[in-house]
Amino acid sequence: MQLPAMEQSVKVKVEVSDVSLAYDRTPVLRAVSVTVEPGEFFALLGPSGSGKSTLLRLIAGFNQAQSGRILIGGEDVSRVPPWRRDIGMVFQNYALWPHKTVAENVAFGLEERRLPRDAIRTRVKAALELVGLQDYGARRPGQLSGGQQQRVAVARTIAIEPKVLLLDEPLSNLDAKLRVYMRAELLALQRKLGITTIFVTHDQEEALSISDRVAVLDGGVIQQIGTPIELYDAPANRFIANFVGTINLVRGRAARSDGGATFESPAIGRIVLPGAVGDGAAEIAIRPHAIVLAQSGAATDPACTWVDGTVGAREFLGEFVRYVIEVNGAEITADEPHFSDRVTYKPGDPVRVGIDPARVKLFPA
Amino acid sequence: MSPRATPVQFAVAALIALFLLVFLVVPVITVIYVAFADGAGGFTLSHFSSFFHITLMRESFWNSLYVGFWSVLISSLIAIPLAYFTVRFEFRGAVLIQTLGILPLVMPPFVGAVAMQLIFGRSGGVNLLLNEWFGVTLPIMEGLNGVIFVEALHYFPFILMNLVVALNNIDSSMEESAQNLGASGLRLFRRIVFPLAMPGYVAGAALVFIKVFDDLGTPLVLNQTNLLAPQAYLRITTIGIEDPIGYVASVIMVAASLFALWASTWVMRGKDYATLQRGYAGLAKRRLSAWQTAFAYGWIVLVLLVVLAPHIGILLLSFAKLWSFSVVPETYTLAHYATVFQDSPRMIWNTVLYCGIAATLDIVIATAIAYIMLRTRIPGRQALDFTVTIALAIPGVVLGIGYLRTFRGIEIPFTGELLTSSWLLLVLAYTVRRLPYALRSCIAALQQMHVSLEEAAENLGANKGRTIRRIVVPLMAGGMLAGFIISFMTAAVELSTTIMLVTAQNDAPMSYGIYLYLQSAAGRGPGAALGMLAVLLVAVGTYLSHRLIGRTGGTQPLEVQKIAV
Ligand SMILES: Nc1ncnc2c1ncn2[C@@H]1O[C@H](COP(=O)(O)OP(=O)(O)O)[C@@H](O)[C@H]1O
Ligand SMILES: [Mg+2]
Repeated sequence: MQLPAMEQSVKVKVEVSDVSLAYDRTPVLRAVSVTVEPGEFFALLGPSGSGKSTLLRLIAGFNQAQSGRILIGGEDVSRVPPWRRDIGMVFQNYALWPHKTVAENVAFGLEERRLPRDAIRTRVKAALELVGLQDYGARRPGQLSGGQQQRVAVARTIAIEPKVLLLDEPLSNLDAKLRVYMRAELLALQRKLGITTIFVTHDQEEALSISDRVAVLDGGVIQQIGTPIELYDAPANRFIANFVGTINLVRGRAARSDGGATFESPAIGRIVLPGAVGDGAAEIAIRPHAIVLAQSGAATDPACTWVDGTVGAREFLGEFVRYVIEVNGAEITADEPHFSDRVTYKPGDPVRVGIDPARVKLFPA
Repeated sequence: MSPRATPVQFAVAALIALFLLVFLVVPVITVIYVAFADGAGGFTLSHFSSFFHITLMRESFWNSLYVGFWSVLISSLIAIPLAYFTVRFEFRGAVLIQTLGILPLVMPPFVGAVAMQLIFGRSGGVNLLLNEWFGVTLPIMEGLNGVIFVEALHYFPFILMNLVVALNNIDSSMEESAQNLGASGLRLFRRIVFPLAMPGYVAGAALVFIKVFDDLGTPLVLNQTNLLAPQAYLRITTIGIEDPIGYVASVIMVAASLFALWASTWVMRGKDYATLQRGYAGLAKRRLSAWQTAFAYGWIVLVLLVVLAPHIGILLLSFAKLWSFSVVPETYTLAHYATVFQDSPRMIWNTVLYCGIAATLDIVIATAIAYIMLRTRIPGRQALDFTVTIALAIPGVVLGIGYLRTFRGIEIPFTGELLTSSWLLLVLAYTVRRLPYALRSCIAALQQMHVSLEEAAENLGANKGRTIRRIVVPLMAGGMLAGFIISFMTAAVELSTTIMLVTAQNDAPMSYGIYLYLQSAAGRGPGAALGMLAVLLVAVGTYLSHRLIGRTGGTQPLEVQKIAV
């Protein structure tokens, strides 16, 4: 693809190794290590307060770690002040300067780099074109919509052709529809420029849908790093299982048996699982769409383990129906694909719940 | 951890600390020291004991508290209904009330005092008419009443402005949720609106009390010298810089002002009630019924007439050939202005020069302190803010005495001139005294600015210095200019320190000139004329600055919301 005056950037690797940080003795990051590959679109995912912004600001140079190192392109930047790092950051609130026009905002970083005036003009133009705002240069940020402000913030950052692009919840101030649209735009822009990008979000759907890889942060600790599919299919612990996508967690006890393990719980009784585990308290995780439902008394697939339950509530979501089923005092969420000729259950209906042991994940508790 | 403070930041903080130490802390401590020191340098309470053995001093002490208390009370009675009208009801008088807010800033109370005597005094216009129509007179300007009346009229806007801001900051959802839960009418006011507005009221009331204690000109002009400020001034100027009684009076004044300041911060503590939500207005406005409108307008017009009385009086006086025992002057003349233009161009220039320098220094120092306070982690930075705020509670007389005592015999390098007889000391006094105003203005401006605006600049390659120059200062410009105006205007009408520190007629600013004129009956006309010129100067300055703010435009930072996630 032809780029207007904007080159593919030199791709740079970002390594965060064993970084710990505390605000007034409250630990916020604990021994965090992450490697972002050159040109990767990398998401930092975690609930609010988990330390995502702190980690991002550390990379940008606004925070100082108590220990650990940060390498950008192999070079330790711990002692480099923010203004010499060449790491572009898009702030959550965009941080556009109200006293400067859109074009002046975008020109700022180039002026600080003492570029000749002509070069600044062409690069501002190119950056604004890239985000589709070429006609808005003379406006003030206050005269733009939220989505447009967001693009200006992005244009201002990429205008300096940074080595790394950091985005702190860049979409959280937009309405739901625009959010989905803008995330695709951001990804397309990143692919065009090929710039190593770290994207912070608390929205798991956002992280899974556009990133190459995701690091999940909770309580200042990296819980898992992997591709979206890895996180979804092979969650490393129950936090990830619960946080990424929707899942049923059932408590019980696991015991070793030949060829696998047995898991016993008051809710679903006894189930034989493939794969080895240790003995003791455990929890199993099952995705709602891995559960099959059958009418009471109907013939059932013997590969699954079946228990009887009662439909408690249902939500019709179009492509599927989400049921909450009461099974021996526990609640199980099950998603049934919906077609017009398919039976649906009403609250109060007796129903059989089928669990395929191959799709069950077991965690020691 | 945020990155550590830079050496430049440390150097600036140290420089400011040094300035405050030399020109505020040391002079005040010196005054306190002298009040408690016996001849040999030991500690003694004997000066206090002699102070309270002098009948006049005891009387002055009680009189000062009496005047302070009643001035606050009467100011409140004027300000509270006005504040409530503007905030609560939808009517055009609100603009009028807002204008009232800046009136006292453009004319010092001691100037108005003369006019007030002519209008409300025993043989003033109002009493002449009352006597003619009803055969009664009101002792409004008799004795301490006069001081209280003048002070209340001049300083009530401090309560008004603070209260209006506080009320405007109450989100309508506060009131609505209370209504939703069943509160209405007076109970709603008492349980929700009043507590939320309380901090604003207390701040204003404390300020009025402090200003009244500080005012030296009004009692002198009204010849009510049995108050603390005039006594301190008279003891030092007539008996001498060594007389401990003047120092004791000073310490008592400082203690009373500090107490008022402390009480107001104590009441305000932990009550930062800015409940305003984004995109919502303040308290719901109501439409006034017909009789309410009549009452509101009646009250406002009455207050406005009284508040404007000194201004109108001074205007008339400045043109009056003869004005006594009549409601308005009988014959008019331009002679007073001629006299003033003959005598005082130098004073006008001095005012512009001194106040210009002082206000500029204030803005520079205030911006630096605001930045250090809000954007760096320099240890002890709170102490800067604290010290500057204390300056608010140091009466001008006290600072003047402190300067004369601390810097006596000290020469200005290279010129050999004594610091105590130089106008430089006056400029420094203005700078210190008006710094709290400039600082509040700058802190407010910087607080409105989200840190990310600066971080974005650093992220794009600007270092701290360039970020301050290209982002912080332009965005604070509005607040800085507002601070400059306030400092300039209030320094231009300063008299308490001015009287103490002016040594040569040639170096005197306008406020001093007006005071000198007003001392004699013959000087009233020219004094009023010079007063009008001062008002004009301040008014023109304010107008120009507002134009300037208007033109730079967009100095108000874009509303950057704080985001929880
Ligand atoms: N400047 C600060 N001082 C003290 N604590 C802070 C500061 N900034 C963030 N924190 C705390 O650090 C934790 C992580 O914050 P943050 O990195 O902003 O989380 P996230 O971006 O994941 O929501 C939170 O508990 C927050 O309260
Ligand atoms: Mg965050």
